[in-house]
Amino acid sequence: MKAMKPDSETELARMVTEADGSLGITGGGTRAIGVCDAVALSIAGLSGVTLHEPGSLTLVAQAGTPVAEIEAALAAEGQRLAFEVPDMRGLLGREGVSTIGGVVAANASGPRRVQGGACRDFLLGVRFVDGMGRIVSNGGRVMKNVTGYDLVKLMAGSHGTLGVLTEVSFKVLPVPETTVTLACSGLDAAGAVAAMSAALGTPYDVNGAAFHDGTTWLRIEGFAPSVAYRSAVLAKDLARFGAWFEVSDPWAGIRDVAAFQGGASDVWRVSLKPSDAPGLLDKANAEDALLDWGGGLVWLRTKPGGDLRVALGDLQGHATLVRAAGDTHKALGTFQPEPAPLVALTRGLRAKFDPRGILNPGRMG
Amino acid sequence: MDMPAPNPALLALKPKLVERLLKVLPRDAVIDDEAETRAYECDALTAYRCPPLVAVLPSTTQEVSDVLRICHDMGVPVVPRGSGTSLAGGALPTADSVILGVARMNDVLETDYANRLIRVQTGRTNLSVTGAVEADGFFYAPDPSSQLACAIAGNIAMNSGGAHCLKYGVTTNNLLGVTLVQMDGTVVEIGGGYMDAGGLDLLGVICGSEGQLGVVTEATLRILPKPEGARPVLIGYDSNEVAGQCVSDIIKAGVLPVAIEFMDRPCIRATEAFAKAGYPDCEALLIIEVEGSEAEIDDQLARIVEIANRHNPVELRESKSADESARIWLGRKSAFGAMGQINDYMCLDGTIPVSQLPYVLRRIGEMSQQYGLGVGNVFHAGDGNMHPLILFDANKLGDLELCEAFGADILKLCVEVGGCLTGEHGVGIEKRDLMIDQFSAIDMDAQMAVKDVFDPKWLLNPAKVFPLETSAARRAAAE
Repeated sequence: MKAMKPDSETELARMVTEADGSLGITGGGTRAIGVCDAVALSIAGLSGVTLHEPGSLTLVAQAGTPVAEIEAALAAEGQRLAFEVPDMRGLLGREGVSTIGGVVAANASGPRRVQGGACRDFLLGVRFVDGMGRIVSNGGRVMKNVTGYDLVKLMAGSHGTLGVLTEVSFKVLPVPETTVTLACSGLDAAGAVAAMSAALGTPYDVNGAAFHDGTTWLRIEGFAPSVAYRSAVLAKDLARFGAWFEVSDPWAGIRDVAAFQGGASDVWRVSLKPSDAPGLLDKANAEDALLDWGGGLVWLRTKPGGDLRVALGDLQGHATLVRAAGDTHKALGTFQPEPAPLVALTRGLRAKFDPRGILNPGRMG
Repeated sequence: MDMPAPNPALLALKPKLVERLLKVLPRDAVIDDEAETRAYECDALTAYRCPPLVAVLPSTTQEVSDVLRICHDMGVPVVPRGSGTSLAGGALPTADSVILGVARMNDVLETDYANRLIRVQTGRTNLSVTGAVEADGFFYAPDPSSQLACAIAGNIAMNSGGAHCLKYGVTTNNLLGVTLVQMDGTVVEIGGGYMDAGGLDLLGVICGSEGQLGVVTEATLRILPKPEGARPVLIGYDSNEVAGQCVSDIIKAGVLPVAIEFMDRPCIRATEAFAKAGYPDCEALLIIEVEGSEAEIDDQLARIVEIANRHNPVELRESKSADESARIWLGRKSAFGAMGQINDYMCLDGTIPVSQLPYVLRRIGEMSQQYGLGVGNVFHAGDGNMHPLILFDANKLGDLELCEAFGADILKLCVEVGGCLTGEHGVGIEKRDLMIDQFSAIDMDAQMAVKDVFDPKWLLNPAKVFPLETSAARRAAAE
């Protein structure tokens, strides 16, 4: 079967209605993980920023709009997507142009998530086509909205298994005047997590806290006098962990997990309590580890085929297999298996939104 | 407001139901005396009242599960209740329902500063969550104005906001995990001390589902380090347009205050008469608060004042001390009480795009003339969440209906300009029948599909959120 590429929401709805087999939804093809055998349905034809009101901190775009186009439109007004969209092309070895719909489908969020929130926290509204070809709207374009159930959050991170996103709206934020990154060398993972927890527990609005290869980084953003003050008191408050120096901006590399690009190793992404991270590292036997979100997000590079979830054991949280051979994905599952009552709820929702089971089958198990 | 007629078969089940409930709950946790059930006949939307069949006050998740299993088994609807402070009728019972109050479940289960979280039972009040951690320099950010009384259970059900959500977000942005008891008694743990969902974001749809998907008995909440300090500036303008433009310019300039509050002339006059806060007699008043160290506050306020001065304010008062800050906030905090002194009032909660502020305020003024009812506006301007207070006389025949019609017109206007019916109070019964003005039949069908999955018999918090006609087929099929 030939790939499908509708030009409008209406055409997309018709294609889904008339589909006689499974559809593999794709934006720019830059960040999908796991396996899905289906005819490609590209949303790249649904493209363009439909509304940007800087004074209301609001942006609405069609789901196939390139992220770069949105970032440029925002930058022209001194604004940005505050959740720091990761670029997964290097890590996953992909080409292509990342689209905003894919970002939402993956709830993809960078280092600032630890303080400012994830993609889902900035997402104000969605339009999508469900598995029956019906066009559904939920949320809107205003910052406070509790009208009806919040399907916006449900769609974020659903990896195209509940519907095909056609339009998304965001709360956007001003780009701060100044950014400063402080670094400290020589801590081990336990020391780094302790230092990051201490930093995130101060009133200085630390909005990045990461650790890799013996270096711990903290980020402060805001108006210049404020950033100068905060970074100085923070370095002083954290002196017990070592000396803190201002360094050049490492955050794009942390966001994109640049350290794990290339090679044949598997890559896992673990979400857990920050204080559990050092213990996981002790058990994981990984080749390399990158800690973000103050330790709440752990990226691990491991030997091919191994099951990291054994090391995670009973710890609260979950491990996602981000990069591995297809067989490994099939054997271990891309996403962590959930307890029976959650599986029942998830299956129930998918059966309601996509009764024929044609949207991204296999993608989330 | 129509409510479904009570089911006589369920009313007849009362003795049997009480007998079964007493097998799983202590005597003092089952309230079945008709005089005592009256205590649960309404929430803060007092215009609507109906005593429940029975009220229960469980003390543990296991007891909640037992109660729900029994009610599920007997087909009895259940109305979950936190502290009963809903302004939307979210905890209004039906005559054939059981009120399940979580007020006895108010323990702190865990505080974890290293991971910046607290785990509580959901009957705990919002303010006492902050109370449990503030000595150590932390706080729980969502701050609905009822925070002294309202329970976390209700905050989660309604996805409550507050004055400070421009910076800190609403409940859903500060909720990490829940223990949810489903209608059939199944206990589910969703989320926890980590930051994102492992599968579908069920937590995201449970928050704000108005108690219709399950009963949340425990919650893991994000706590934040308290800012070093906070101070407001008060700015008066002689037109709503100019005040709205000032708000927009401040936001565009990259200053992100924790709160931007807006009051219009009727509200300013009422609060002045009531609280004597020393507000200027002007068309529009802004209270803008920023946080940080003393020097940071000075710097941010200077930026705000510079922008405000470009728009020729009639008054500009920068707080220099805690005392001055308190005086600036005094009027705003007593605004509802002040309006209540004049008359009965109905508080609306629509949200609009910030850019539409001047137009919407002008239209509300025109409608006020047409309806012959006074209205004052006090609201969170930074995020467009309006709170028009419509004055009426509850003792005057037909005035409540007139007020409701006026309110409905205001909310329809909010939707028309790109906003929504409710920003932080919830739909409940109050805005139930207006849902068709915001959503298509398919939009609502998708929402009701979620309800079908979590509560297939449609027993939880009946007759709320979805218009009765819209949900009729599903309710009939569930019986």
